[in-house]
Amino acid sequence: MPMSYYLILSAAMFAIGALGVVLRRNPLVVFMSLELMFNAANLVFVAFSAYHQILDGDLFVFFVMTTAAAEVAVGLALMVAIFRAKRTIDLDEMSTLKG
Amino acid sequence: MNFETVLPLAPWVVFFPVLGIFLNLLFGKRLGEKGIGVIASLAAALSFGVAALLALGLAGHPEGGTYPFLRWLAVGDFTADWNFRVDTLSVTMMLVVAGVGTLIHIYSIGYMHADVRHNGDPGRFRRFFVFLNLFVAAMMILVSADNFLMLFVGWEGVGLCSYLLIGFWFEKGAGGIANAQAAKKAFVVNRIGDFGLLIAIFLIFYNFGSLDFDTVFAQAPQVATVLPGVILAITLFMLLGVTGKSAQLPLYVWLPDAMAGPTPVSALIHAATMVTAGVYLVARSQALYQQVALAQDVVMWVGAATAFFAATIAVGQYDIKKVLAYSTISQLGFMVTAVGMGAAVAGMFHLVTHAFFKALLFLGAGSVILGMEHGHERAAAHGSHAEGHHTTFDPQDMRNMGGLRQKMPVTFWVYLIGALALAGIAPLSGFFSKDEILADASLHHPPVYFVLTAAAFLTAFYVARQLAMVFFGKPRSEAAAGAKESPAVVTVPLIILAGLAAAGGLLNFPTTHWLEKWLEHSLYGVEPAKFILSVALISLVVALGGLLVGWLIYGRKPLEDARQADPLARPLNGLFLALENKWWVDELYQALVVKPYLRLAQFLAQPVDQGVIDGLVNGVGNLMRATAQSWRRVQNGFVRSYALTILLGVVLVVTYLVLR
Repeated sequence: MPMSYYLILSAAMFAIGALGVVLRRNPLVVFMSLELMFNAANLVFVAFSAYHQILDGDLFVFFVMTTAAAEVAVGLALMVAIFRAKRTIDLDEMSTLKG
Repeated sequence: MNFETVLPLAPWVVFFPVLGIFLNLLFGKRLGEKGIGVIASLAAALSFGVAALLALGLAGHPEGGTYPFLRWLAVGDFTADWNFRVDTLSVTMMLVVAGVGTLIHIYSIGYMHADVRHNGDPGRFRRFFVFLNLFVAAMMILVSADNFLMLFVGWEGVGLCSYLLIGFWFEKGAGGIANAQAAKKAFVVNRIGDFGLLIAIFLIFYNFGSLDFDTVFAQAPQVATVLPGVILAITLFMLLGVTGKSAQLPLYVWLPDAMAGPTPVSALIHAATMVTAGVYLVARSQALYQQVALAQDVVMWVGAATAFFAATIAVGQYDIKKVLAYSTISQLGFMVTAVGMGAAVAGMFHLVTHAFFKALLFLGAGSVILGMEHGHERAAAHGSHAEGHHTTFDPQDMRNMGGLRQKMPVTFWVYLIGALALAGIAPLSGFFSKDEILADASLHHPPVYFVLTAAAFLTAFYVARQLAMVFFGKPRSEAAAGAKESPAVVTVPLIILAGLAAAGGLLNFPTTHWLEKWLEHSLYGVEPAKFILSVALISLVVALGGLLVGWLIYGRKPLEDARQADPLARPLNGLFLALENKWWVDELYQALVVKPYLRLAQFLAQPVDQGVIDGLVNGVGNLMRATAQSWRRVQNGFVRSYALTILLGVVLVVTYLVLR
């Protein structure tokens, strides 16, 4: 398969993920969209890794996945803490810093 | 005594008073009044002892020397050191300051004991002696300075002490503010003079590159040939400083008000020593003044005009201390005239004798005031209400006195000696010193001679008036009737000073001229003084005439009642009113200087400061706030919009990187 297919798919996933982050109010969905963006990046890494026959890209993917897992763990913990304090996790309700 | 062995003692003339200050500050409360007075007096006396040792050393080595004590400033080539100059001129000043100062310290023990009780705050006894010692220390710095900068330190130091001591009872006086205002006036007027002295010092530094006396005076002739205008400017700006410190026209107005301070202060600072600092400065700087005849003439005429002008005012005063204050201004005028004419020895001679007899007169006046206060308190205790003005009784008003000759005999006799010395009656000290100035004036400047002779006549006249009003006739108030002689601690210094005032003429007696031979080693261009018999006789006749006229008007028919008008008021009419009101000089200054200045200050405060400057500062603040108000909308608090912003930012950055 030509390289461009991978890149187009990756770009589409990234765009969908970004839209999800910007448009959705539910933080769980935002996290899922973030994962989509991570995976879009991972896909490009893997595609280029195969294309160039070197393992550097694959290596990066593992790092990205680990970091993403840790990040989600922290994020979910934050959400639990916020829910305890405000009884809601609607992102638009978290506007204490409004100027 | 070997000069080299006593020279290292020089700094102790300053250290002893400073030591006295610290001892009294640390332990004064525990020591009580006796201890405080003894420590302070001892500090002054030891200072006098050091000065006497230095004088003995100088006797065998009259050229003098300097004792390098401390490197003070060193900037590039310029240095100003803390060096003590020990020569005949500075040691003469030290002896006068410490000698008269010691006597006044002792006198103050008795005087302030009564004064702090009369004013209802015995705790201030210690403060008084600390200030007095501080004054002696500052004055010693002034006279022992070896450069203009160190002299300026002492100059400002004595000004500060003067301020502190005029305002010693700062919450007293008319309206509870008059004393504080008098202190402020003295300080502000002196600042104007100090500005002149500072400019002179700057000019000296700029043109000579040094402030050391020896360097400056040695270079003066060369600089005078190249830049005569500079020397003229230096000397005239210096004169402004002199008119401030030595109370000459036009800056003399602070000295009469300075009488708000306790009487020993008036004697020590505002008669005997501090106010002579200006005379000392001109005498010290003769090398500069003798380069420009114009400056000498200006100094001379300022002095002569002051001598006459102040003497006229003294004629119309009723306050015993105000008379002496204007007399001091007048006598300082004599000294300034002398140093202006180049007769520095005569000026210094009059400075020394004046220190004796004027300190004596002020302390005698203090003794009179103590007696009056005593009599007043006794009258009040007996519940008498015979006098209508009982509540506003002024123990310093000569109209309330009279007949004190019998009540206070010691005070009367010493006061008489001081008064006759001031009037210039032979063979008392004032006759010789004043005569030397008059003789010099008659030789070189006849117009000045006439002005000074007229001033001498007025001097004798107001002296006779004061003597008659205070000591002769009948008591004109119950306070005067109940007055009593002061204790020995007050009268003994008076007797010593009376001895000095009587015999002070021997210092420069016409045949021996000790003072002249002593001072010619440190004064520039000393001319041998001449004793002119005709001038001496004329001045004696003038003095006796003044006394006689004064006696005819005030002594033959003494005032009967405290409210009776002055016998001169009717014949002189408007003129006497002018004298009584001091020629309205204070009112003139108020209208010409103070009022416009206040109006300017008001203008700068209201429209300029509150309008323009506050407007600028507040405008900047308001602009910031308005800008922030419009930009705060960006911070809308929606997490998603922040995320969008980040996204757009990333897109922009990437776009830039790609398209670059």
